[in-house]
Amino acid sequence: MKNTIARAADSDLWYSFRRSPIVMISAVITLVIVSTSLLAPWVAPHDPFNLVSIDLMDASLPPVWYADLGDSRFLLGTDDQGRDILSTILYGSRISLIIGMASVTFSLILGVALGLVSGYGGPKVDAFIMRIADIQLSFPAILIALLIDGVARSILPRDMHDQVAVYVLIFAIGISGWVQYARTVRGSTMVEKSKEYVQAAQVIGVRPIAILWRHILPNVMGPVLVIGAIHLAIAIITEATLSFLGVGLPPTTPSLGTLIRVGNDYLFSGEWWITIFPGIALVLLALSVNLLGDWLRDTLNPKIQ
Amino acid sequence: MYQLTIKHMRIDFPGRHGTLVAVDDVALNLAPGEILGIVGESGAGKSTIGNGVVDLLEPPGRMSEGEIFLQGQRIDNLEENKIRRLRGRRIGMIFQDPQTSLDPLQTIEQQLVETICYHLKLNRREAFQRTIDLLEQVGIPDPAIMVKLYPHQFSGGMRQRVVIALALCAEPDVIIADEPTTALDVSIQAQILDLLKKLCREKQVGMMLITHDMGVIAEVCDRVAVMYRGKLVEEGSTAKILGDPDHPYTQSLISAVPRPDVRLHRFPLVTNIEEAQEPQVTLDISTHWLGKERSYAKLDGPLLSLENLCMRFVTKTAIFKRNRIYLDAVNNVSFTIEKGEVFGLVGESGSGKSTVARLITGLYKAVSGRVLFAGTDLTAINRKRDLDPFRRQMQMIFQDPFSSLNGRMRVLDIVAEPIRFHKLAESKREVREIVRDLIDQVGLEGNSLKRYPHEFSGGQRQRISIARALATRPRFLICDEPTSALDVSIQAQILNLLKDLQDQLSLTMLFISHDLPVIRQMCDRVGVMKSGKLCEVADTEKLFIDPQHDYTKHLLGLMPKFDMLSLKGLDMESSSSQLF
Repeated sequence: MKNTIARAADSDLWYSFRRSPIVMISAVITLVIVSTSLLAPWVAPHDPFNLVSIDLMDASLPPVWYADLGDSRFLLGTDDQGRDILSTILYGSRISLIIGMASVTFSLILGVALGLVSGYGGPKVDAFIMRIADIQLSFPAILIALLIDGVARSILPRDMHDQVAVYVLIFAIGISGWVQYARTVRGSTMVEKSKEYVQAAQVIGVRPIAILWRHILPNVMGPVLVIGAIHLAIAIITEATLSFLGVGLPPTTPSLGTLIRVGNDYLFSGEWWITIFPGIALVLLALSVNLLGDWLRDTLNPKIQ
Repeated sequence: MYQLTIKHMRIDFPGRHGTLVAVDDVALNLAPGEILGIVGESGAGKSTIGNGVVDLLEPPGRMSEGEIFLQGQRIDNLEENKIRRLRGRRIGMIFQDPQTSLDPLQTIEQQLVETICYHLKLNRREAFQRTIDLLEQVGIPDPAIMVKLYPHQFSGGMRQRVVIALALCAEPDVIIADEPTTALDVSIQAQILDLLKKLCREKQVGMMLITHDMGVIAEVCDRVAVMYRGKLVEEGSTAKILGDPDHPYTQSLISAVPRPDVRLHRFPLVTNIEEAQEPQVTLDISTHWLGKERSYAKLDGPLLSLENLCMRFVTKTAIFKRNRIYLDAVNNVSFTIEKGEVFGLVGESGSGKSTVARLITGLYKAVSGRVLFAGTDLTAINRKRDLDPFRRQMQMIFQDPFSSLNGRMRVLDIVAEPIRFHKLAESKREVREIVRDLIDQVGLEGNSLKRYPHEFSGGQRQRISIARALATRPRFLICDEPTSALDVSIQAQILNLLKDLQDQLSLTMLFISHDLPVIRQMCDRVGVMKSGKLCEVADTEKLFIDPQHDYTKHLLGLMPKFDMLSLKGLDMESSSSQLF
């Protein structure tokens, strides 16, 4: 364990991390947002989903520092129903993050599996999978997500839809993102396949599935994790976009996108804080995750250096 | 006056973990018309000297001390743009890979004419005439036609000739050739070396020839400088260095060179090298794990026999069969390997020798013909599972020690994989013990098990590869160019190891190599391959003394002449001085 820490402290990754202030700031912001939102039930000053604690008398209060109208209980003000903005942001980014991570995991597993099969399975399988990927790439990802969400809406009854909205979103965003992983993995798989260590395993008699799992997969995962990091930001934004358009999560379990949409209605009547603060939170989260992903890609890819 | 003088050259590579001194206090002189060989193993800093002279060090490398003089004029303190004018104009360069030293998007004419115009201030017509002359000098037929072609339309040897023409086009005083023939086949290597030698003499150009190959040194160099870990350990005439070296490193390096004229029992142990030690224990095969279950059914015929084996690759795909174009990689090859024999397969690149190995192990499927292993026709077995027992009995050692081990697995898991797959051990503990023992047998330390391949050098990796091949208790071992990616001294160790293992385990071996001296040291019988066909099969001794096929004679004639090589301290088995 001690050894591992010493090795990590000496690694090139840590070295380049320490040399870039932007990356360090992004890491801190990401860490703060991720930890506070995952721990939202414990760190949030209020529980915005507990109807008992909400008082309509507190509705539409501005942030604390805003003239004399602010209320010290509500740091960033309240929305039209008297919910604390800070708490809803924490709970909202929690949902956004969970959906983002889950959909990235989903597309990563799907994409990596299809990429491995495509790269190792021979020209016919490869052509089949890659043509599907090409077709999917000719649609914008958001369109595919909208399509899936729409289909789910029309199939499921209204009351059920709200309950499964999270899973539908994860599936919709996940399925729209697998192509990138599949293409990258397919390319690296083809490179690894021709290397002699794979031939050595074939000479021993190891079966294709085991070769893919034990030998090729660990060697193609590097770039995949980098794509995953960058994809996380895209997934969070996609989720926010869908929720903003009203096809994502219902207002009862708001994500950042839902909060921005709800607040948008009040923007011109002067209650700007309802939409601006969730907006800032979304931008900060997406930006810092993106910067971290870019940095990972640059440091781990020897070609760009 | 010397063409090039280097004094007290020191080249540093400052890094995060301290400064690496790549070249330390090196002094060299180069006379007009002279070829100075710089020889050393990988990491000795020989290429760095060449790059240092023309100021092409990769950052952060820098020359921290020393002076360089070109015909008496100091050049190491010149500004960047003046140095650039020297490069090409007065110092020509030839690099290893002719593929990458030419611009693929420009014709030969564009590249040469432009360079000549720039350096010699000639007009286009004169420059074109000069281009044609140059190409003629370097031996390109029909230069007026060939000059319109692109680099990819040339073969490797022809491309290297163009690179030489490019290096010569501005009439330089000095040429720096960094491994100019390493990427080429032997027959082309001989032509290129002859050409370089002739041109240096005619034009009175001094050439610095950087190489790891003693054969190249023996062929063309007048003087040799031996590098070892950044230091110049010995310098002198070629005959002196090869025949009677003073420094212990040079002595052991020379003794490790595989020679075509004498067959050795073992190579002498190379000193000054931090590599693994020779395993001290001798195996007792009757009690050892490696000897278990060695009693196979009695075999009357040969262990392996190939009958009219054919294999072809599709070089142009098409939907209709008749539109496809094929390359006959293996064409009607038949030979047999007796039990306990080491059979060599020799040929130039593309001759199909590696394809034969992959056909035997089942990595490729033959188009026609049979592979008989211990009397069973392997090509007739369709179910993969039924092949497993035969797979266990034959294993393969690969050429490239850097790609033949999975970098994400520990040495323990790499060597244990065949044991686990073929269920050759009862418990986890037993697997571990066996692996530890195998690692010991191939001369690596016991603490290697938990480490990853990248922590080992090329020679050590090749030992791990050998341990993995032994882990199935094979009786037939295929070695596909097992030492061609290794330095001479490491090659000697690995060849010794393979010889020992073959003796102790009475293994049958198929040994594939392009290197005739290595074949001579290792094999009992040899097959010579050329473009997919087997030309000649003969006992090694007989083949080297009395070759029958024209191509074999041609190949033997291209072997480096090593008659001046020192015979000091060698453990000889046979000699055939009538060879030369």
